[in-house]
Amino acid sequence: MAETQIKNFNLNFGPQHPAAHGVLRLVLEMDGEVVERADPHIGLLHRGTEKLIEYKTYAQAVPYFDRLDYVAPQNQEHAFVLGAEKLLGIEVPKRGQYIRVLYCEIGRILNHILNITAFAMDVGAMTPMLWGFEIRERLMEFCESASGARLHMNYFRVGGVAQDLPAGLLEEIGKWADEEFPAFMDDLESLLTGNRIFKQRTVDIGVINAEQCFDWGFTGPNLRASGIAWDLRKAQPYDAYAEMDFDIPVGKMGDCYDRYLVRMIEMRESLKIIKQCVENMPSGPVKSTNKKVTPPTRGDMKQSMEALIHHFKLFTEGFHVPAGETYTAVEAPKGEFGVYLVADGSNKPFRCKIRAPGFAHLQATEFLSKGHMLADVVANIGSIDVVFGEIDR
Amino acid sequence: MDQALKELAEHLRDQLGAKLTEAEVRLGELTITVQRDSIVEVLKSLRDDSNCMFHQLMDVCGVDYPDESPRFEIVYNLLSMTHNTRIRVKLRTDEDDPVPSVAGVFSTANWFEREIWDMYGVFFSDHPDLRRLLTDYGFEGHPLRKDFPLTGYVEVRYDDEQKRVVYEPVKLTQEFRNFDFESPWEGMERVVLPGDEKAEAEPEEEETEAS
Repeated sequence: MAETQIKNFNLNFGPQHPAAHGVLRLVLEMDGEVVERADPHIGLLHRGTEKLIEYKTYAQAVPYFDRLDYVAPQNQEHAFVLGAEKLLGIEVPKRGQYIRVLYCEIGRILNHILNITAFAMDVGAMTPMLWGFEIRERLMEFCESASGARLHMNYFRVGGVAQDLPAGLLEEIGKWADEEFPAFMDDLESLLTGNRIFKQRTVDIGVINAEQCFDWGFTGPNLRASGIAWDLRKAQPYDAYAEMDFDIPVGKMGDCYDRYLVRMIEMRESLKIIKQCVENMPSGPVKSTNKKVTPPTRGDMKQSMEALIHHFKLFTEGFHVPAGETYTAVEAPKGEFGVYLVADGSNKPFRCKIRAPGFAHLQATEFLSKGHMLADVVANIGSIDVVFGEIDR
Repeated sequence: MDQALKELAEHLRDQLGAKLTEAEVRLGELTITVQRDSIVEVLKSLRDDSNCMFHQLMDVCGVDYPDESPRFEIVYNLLSMTHNTRIRVKLRTDEDDPVPSVAGVFSTANWFEREIWDMYGVFFSDHPDLRRLLTDYGFEGHPLRKDFPLTGYVEVRYDDEQKRVVYEPVKLTQEFRNFDFESPWEGMERVVLPGDEKAEAEPEEEETEAS
C-alpha cells in the first residue's frame, strides 16, 4: 500500500468563540483530533491600563482595577489600596477592614459562580448558567446598595472604603447567607458534582502536579487543586483575615474536576467568612482618620470653607505618596493578584505593574492541552478560570 | 520578620559574592540588586538553596527611568512557600544590552519576558520565542517607555469602502492635556524665592537659643 503524507492541521480557535471566555485567539496544530501545539495569542483586549495609571492620581487609579478582572472587581481594588496604604503607612479602622473583607468574599463568590457555571456550559450543561446568574444578580444588588454600582464598584479607597453600608444591608446579607445561598449551592452540586457526563469531560483532563504548578507560576484554586495548601489569606493575612475562621480546600489529582471541586468548597468557606463579618461587624469609622488621604464629610463642606478647599485639593491634586516601592499581593478568586507599585513622592504612581493570576495560568494552556482532544482544550480553558480583562490589561 | 529578612540578605551576600551588588530591607520587603549577566545563576540558586527555596517566580516586570543610565530596570518578584517569604531581584540594562532569559529556570518567565520586550524593547538572549505579546500584530514602538505618548501614534477605524480596518495617524480634536495639580506650597522646600535666601542661616541661631 502506498504511503500517504499526513499533514498537521492548523486550527484557529477564537477570538470570537463562546468557549474562549472572552477574546482568546488560540492557534492549534492538530494531528487529527489530537492537539500537538497550542499557541495562545492574547492582547486583543489590551487597553494600556498600566500606562494610564501612570497619568492618574492614586484615587483615580482605583476604577481601573475594577476593569481588569471584571468578574470580581473588589479583590483587585483591594490589592492596589493595600499597596498604597503600605507606602503611606496608614492604618485602616476595624470597620473599614471588615467591610472590605466582606466585599472581597462576595467578589470571590461572584467569580466562582460565573466560572463554574460557564465551565459547565463549556462542557455541555446549560442549566447551571441560568441558575447561577440569578444568584449573581442578588450579590450585585448588595454591591449596588453599598456603592451605587452593580459591577464596577469603585468602593475601596486608600484608607478604607468610600462610604458606610446603608442601614439594613447587613441583615439582608445575613439572611441571604443563611437561607438563599446554601440552598442554591446544594442545587448546583446536585446538578454537577455527581453528574456522569460532567465527570467524563473533566476527570483526568489537564492534569498538573505540584512541581509543574510551581514552574508555571500557578496560584489560587488551580494550585490548591494539585494538593498544595497555600492561601495568602492564611499565609500572609491582610486586613481582617487573621480574625476569620475558615478552611482551605485542597485537591488531590490536579485535574479539571478537582479544580471545580476546590472552587465549590471555597464558596462555602467564603460564606463562612461572610457570616462572621455580618455577625462581628464592629462599629466606628470606615475610613482612616488621617486627613491627608481622607476627604472631609459632605456636612462639613457645607459649613466650612477650609473643608471645601481640603476636598477640592484632595480630588484634584490628590495625596502624595512617599517614594518607595512595594509588591503587594492578595488572594484574588483566581489566584495571587499582585501590584508592584513604584512611587516617586508625587501624587501619581511612577510605575504600577499588575500581576494577574490568569496571565500565568493561560500560559500553561499548551502544557495542559498537549496530547488531549480538541474538546478538552475547552474544558482546560474553562477550568483554569481566565478572564481577559486581567490578562491583557 | 525584618530580622529574618536581614539574615537572609546576609546569607545571600555570602553565597552570591560579587554577583550581588546591593541588598536592602525596606517596608518589610527584601530587595537585592544583581549583575545582569548572572541573573540565571542567581535565580537558580535562589530556587534550589535550602535557605531560600524560592520555587515560584510570581512576576517579572520592567521599569523605565529615562534620566538614569542604564535606563531600564528589570524586576523579578519571587515567592517561597516553604519559608513564607518574598524577595525582589533587580538588575539594570539598556536598549542595547540583552538580559539572559530565565525561561529555562522558570517556565512562567516566558510570557513575562515577552511582555517586557513588547512594552520596553528590552532584549532577552536565549529566549525560546521572543515575539510581541500584548500589542497589535505589526505594532511599532514600545508603549510603556516614558517617552511614548499616552495617546500613541496610530488609531484604527473600519473603512467601509475598502471593507477592512485601516490604520491612521492619531487625530485629536483637542491637544492632549495633562494638568499639573501639584500644589505650589508643598514644593516650597526646594524652591528659594527671591529674598528668602537670607532666612537660610537664621534657623540655626534659633535652635541654639532654644537649647
